[in-house]
Amino acid sequence: MKRGILTFLLFIAWIFLTWPFGKEIDWQVLVVGFFISILSGYIFGEGFTESPHKFFGFKRYLWAIAYIPVLIYWCIIANLDVAYRVLHPNLPIRPGIVKVKTRLRSKSGLTVLANSITLTPGTMSVEIDSNGYLYIHWIYVKTDDIEKATEMIVRKFEKILERIFE
Amino acid sequence: MITILFIFLLICSFLCLYRISKGPSPGDRVVGIDILGIIVVNFCTIITYLTKVDFYMNIALSWALLSFIGTLAVSKFLEGKGFDE
Amino acid sequence: MREILSLIFMIVGGFFNLFGCIGLVRLPDIYNRLQASTKCVTLGTCLTLLGMMINGPLNSSLKGFLCAIFILITAPTAAHALSRASIKAGINLWEKSVVNKLKEEEK
Repeated sequence: MKRGILTFLLFIAWIFLTWPFGKEIDWQVLVVGFFISILSGYIFGEGFTESPHKFFGFKRYLWAIAYIPVLIYWCIIANLDVAYRVLHPNLPIRPGIVKVKTRLRSKSGLTVLANSITLTPGTMSVEIDSNGYLYIHWIYVKTDDIEKATEMIVRKFEKILERIFE
Repeated sequence: MITILFIFLLICSFLCLYRISKGPSPGDRVVGIDILGIIVVNFCTIITYLTKVDFYMNIALSWALLSFIGTLAVSKFLEGKGFDE
Repeated sequence: MREILSLIFMIVGGFFNLFGCIGLVRLPDIYNRLQASTKCVTLGTCLTLLGMMINGPLNSSLKGFLCAIFILITAPTAAHALSRASIKAGINLWEKSVVNKLKEEEK
């Protein structure tokens, strides 16, 4: 099951890379890609995902599509924030490492959460604890309390990510 | 307009080179190398835009992959562990 | 119209790249540098790729889409690995930093 899903994803990536627009479809390329994706799916499928049945929940894809505009909005805000801090002559920074707590448990959910935190204003994930604690480097520390920092950094993503990955 | 873009990217790569040559700790140098790799992806994209040749996008993709793997390997090395984790 | 739109996207992406690299030089320690450069260069590259995708050959557009997804996944992961490695290697924060929860817990 895991291997089948991985083979399918790899074959789609292969089609993206080699589709000839406006010319005839080259069957040899497709067949070679099919066998290569079966081979690599068979080899690497074991460590691919923990729970393959989550790939078939249709609502998860809808929430994933709803997650993209949120991420883009916070990404643009983050870049304007960095531009302000970098171009200001006095460098208005007050860095520090704070600790936040998250409710997510699955590995892929934690990965996406850490990546999103890195792309949002002023924060970068440094270390993930096994108990659901994240250590976050903050470029302008507003509070070092765990609850308040969680409210300010993690909540805006967690609500949607719970529906996608849990 | 494209000339301005090339000048921006050249300034970017010189700033990265400054950080690579100056950086006080090894980590700083690795950050410079990582960012320089992504700047090269930008160059390839703009050359694809100018010449409409598809091949440069392949270079961009593989450059992004290899730069990421190199950064991961060096950071594991800095961490003081083996490569097998 | 499409040419103007793609040029605008590319110029904005170039500005963001420039800000990221200025941050790489100006900020004081490795963690701040990683933050500024990773954020700005990731969005800048995605905007440049988007500009190419709007007005380019269809083949390259698909490859550019894959490249954008790939960079959005890998650049924060590389930043995370590097910052964790420098914490483990014992590189300290900037001397004017406010809190360091990671060090407080080790004591």
